[in-house]
Amino acid sequence: MGSTAPVEVERPSTDVRPDLPWLTIVWNDPVNLMSYVTYVFQTVFGYPRAKAEKLMMDVHHKGRAVVASGTREEMERDVQILHSYGLWATVQRDSA
Amino acid sequence: MSTGFITGVRGGVVATFDAAEVSILRSLVTQVLGLVEPGATGDDPLERALGIGSAEAPSDPVLARLFPAAYEDQGEAAEFRRYTEATLRDAKRADAQTMLETAQPGRLELSDDQAQAWLRSLNDIRLALGVRLEVTEEIHEEIAGMSQDDPRYPAYVTYDWLTYLQDTLVRALW
Repeated sequence: MGSTAPVEVERPSTDVRPDLPWLTIVWNDPVNLMSYVTYVFQTVFGYPRAKAEKLMMDVHHKGRAVVASGTREEMERDVQILHSYGLWATVQRDSA
Repeated sequence: MSTGFITGVRGGVVATFDAAEVSILRSLVTQVLGLVEPGATGDDPLERALGIGSAEAPSDPVLARLFPAAYEDQGEAAEFRRYTEATLRDAKRADAQTMLETAQPGRLELSDDQAQAWLRSLNDIRLALGVRLEVTEEIHEEIAGMSQDDPRYPAYVTYDWLTYLQDTLVRALW
């Protein structure tokens, strides 16, 4: 006979973050200027110049960088704005 | 040759262009306008009102670069494109139109909004030329080592000038 006691459901712990599972990625390309990319990161995300420059250097040297994280809708809006500036940007789910 | 953009004393940016430079800029931005057609939406009035358009990626490599896939997954990329590309096309056309209407020989003063339109439009022109010329990150060095008799020379020099112009515009806006 089965127990009538309520089954303890294991709740998701804090490592599951359903609120922040999506990323905006910017990819390196040979046309966009380093100054321009930095300026766009400052303008679109409101990042301070030092942070914008670091992200730009990551794109330049590593070929890509995560420039924002948030909901899927937020990332899609970011990507659309980045495309209006001619940056090569994509949305992906955070696999980490 | 133009010394590029500087910050305006009353806000915005200022530059001085000669007639030949304006003619090059107008010609290039007109070509971008010819390439980036208005966002095509379906016949359905609701789709038109919502700016819902084609889900198909452009086959022309320049358009593919101006309207890149937002997702690695083709299905997700198509869905995103269907809801955004028509709006993006209209935005790029509006920027190009601003540049076409304001470009004039002599002293040119641009408001902050006009300067933003120039910034994005100059970049679209450079992206288009960059794809056609297959530029690499070593473009500046390539031009320095290129013979002036090389048939690619004039286009490369134009590209290099646009790069310079855009860099001065960024620095004037900072």
